[in-house]
Amino acid sequence: MIASIRSVLQKIGHRVIDSVWRMGFAGRFFLLTLMHSGTCFRRFHLILREVFSAGVLSLIIILVSGLFVGMVLGLQGFETLQTYGSEEALGILVAKSLVMELGPVVAALLFASRAGSAITAEIGLMKATEQIAAMEMMAVDPIARVVAPRFWGAVISMPLLAALFSAMGIFGGYLVGVVLIGVDNGSFWSQMQAAVSFDRDILNGVIKSVVFGVAVTTIALFEGFDAPPTAEGVSRATTRTVVTSSLAILGLDFILTAFMFRGV
Amino acid sequence: MVLKGVNLTARRGQVIAIMGNSGCGKTTLLRLIGGALKPTTGTLMVDGVNIGELDQDALYDMRRRMGMLFQFGALFTDMTVYENVAFQLREHTDLPEPMIRDLVLMKLHAVGLRGAHNLMPSELSGGMARRVALARSIALDPMLIMYDEPFAGLDPISLGVTGNLIRRLTDALGMTSIVVTHDVQESLKIVDYVYFVSEGVIEAHGTAAEIKASDLPFVHQFVHGEEDGPVPFHYPAQSYGTDLGLSA
Repeated sequence: MIASIRSVLQKIGHRVIDSVWRMGFAGRFFLLTLMHSGTCFRRFHLILREVFSAGVLSLIIILVSGLFVGMVLGLQGFETLQTYGSEEALGILVAKSLVMELGPVVAALLFASRAGSAITAEIGLMKATEQIAAMEMMAVDPIARVVAPRFWGAVISMPLLAALFSAMGIFGGYLVGVVLIGVDNGSFWSQMQAAVSFDRDILNGVIKSVVFGVAVTTIALFEGFDAPPTAEGVSRATTRTVVTSSLAILGLDFILTAFMFRGV
Repeated sequence: MVLKGVNLTARRGQVIAIMGNSGCGKTTLLRLIGGALKPTTGTLMVDGVNIGELDQDALYDMRRRMGMLFQFGALFTDMTVYENVAFQLREHTDLPEPMIRDLVLMKLHAVGLRGAHNLMPSELSGGMARRVALARSIALDPMLIMYDEPFAGLDPISLGVTGNLIRRLTDALGMTSIVVTHDVQESLKIVDYVYFVSEGVIEAHGTAAEIKASDLPFVHQFVHGEEDGPVPFHYPAQSYGTDLGLSA
C-alpha cells in the first residue's frame, strides 16, 4: 500500500520536475533566439526566405478562409441587423468583427496549423537526420542560423496575413451584403470608415496578431528543437504545436481583449 | 559511465580506426572529441588544447579546425550539393563568391562529384551523399576529421571509393582521421592503427597487421565475424526452459 502510494507520488514528482525543466528550457530557448536575432538581421535574406515559406505559402488558405468568413458574417450580420432596421450598419459589423477579433484570431489559428506545424516538422526532421548536429560540429550555432530567421520570418508574416485575412473578409461581407443582398453601397463603406478607428481598432488588432505570431512561432520552434529524433517524436511534436498554439492563441486573446477593451 | 579509462592517441597524418560492437561507446568517443559531450573525469587534448575546458566560443574556434562525417551524411536537404559544400566557407570566411566557387568545385572534384554540384541531396545515392559530406567536411582544410560509420550501408564499389578517399585525403591534406566503424575488412586496408573498444574500455590496439594476427578472443571474434565468443549471441536472460514453462 505504502509502496504504491510512494510510486504514484514519485511519478507525479517526476512529471512536475520534467514540466518545470521544460518550461525553463523553453524560456532559455526564447531568450537565446532573441539574443541571436542581431546576426540574422544582418543577413536579411535568411529572414526573407522564411517570410516566403511561412507567409507567402500560407496566402491561399488565409485569403480563401477570410473570404468565406466575411461572407458568413455578411449573411448573419444582415439577418440580425435587419431585425432592428439597421442594415446600413453591416459594414461596421463586418469590419469591427474582423479587424479586432476574427482577423487576428482565425488567421493565427490557420497560421499555427499551416506554418507552425511545418516549422516543427522541418526542425524536428533536421534534428532526426543529424543536420542540426552537423551544423554545430561546423561551429555554426543552429539557434542563430536556423531558429532566429524562422522566428522573425514568421513574426513579420503573421500581422500581414491577419491584415490580408481581414481585407478579404471585408470584401466577402461586401459581396454578400452589397452585391448579393442589396445593402446601400455608400452606407456600407461610409459607416465603416466613420466607426472603425485606427488607434483603437486596427492598432489593437495588429498588436494581437504580433503577440499571436510570437507565441505560435516560439511554440513551433521549441517543439521542433525539443522533439525526440524519431518519426514518432516528430509526429507528436507537430501535433503538440497545433494544440498548444491554438490554446495559447485563445487564452492570449482573452487576456489581450480584457486589457484593451475592458480597461482591466 | 559509457567509457572507462580509455587512453588513445592519434597523430597527424594517421588514419585511426575505433572498432567495437554496437553500444560500446565509439560514437560517444567522437562526441567527446568534438566537444558535444564533456568528460566527467580525465582529459581530452586536441592539438594541445583540453576540449573539456573550452567555453562555447573557444569550442567553436576549435571546431572550425575539425570536420565530422556523419553516418548518413547529414547534408542540408534544402540546399544543393554546391551550397552544402559552400556552407562553411560562407559562414566562416569573407571570401568573394568567385573564390568560394573555385574552392567548392575543387573540393567536389577531390571526391569525384564536381559534375553533381547542381543536384539536391534527395537526388544522390547513399555513397554519393557520403562523398558530398566528405567534401563539405574538408571545406576549411581541417587538421582532424572524424568519421562516424562511413561504410555503413554502402555497395562494394562505394565502399572501396569511400575508403580510398579517406586515405588519400588524409595523406594529401596532412590531417588526422579518426574512423569509427564496424567494417573490419575495409578499414584494415586503409588505417594505420586500430583500437578495439568493448564495454567502454580498450580491449586491444595495434597496427592493421598486428590486429589481423591477434589471437585475443575478442579481436578474433570481431575480425572473423564469429557468432559466439566473448560477445555472446544471446542477450542475458533466465533459462530457456523457465521462459517456456518447462522446468520448475
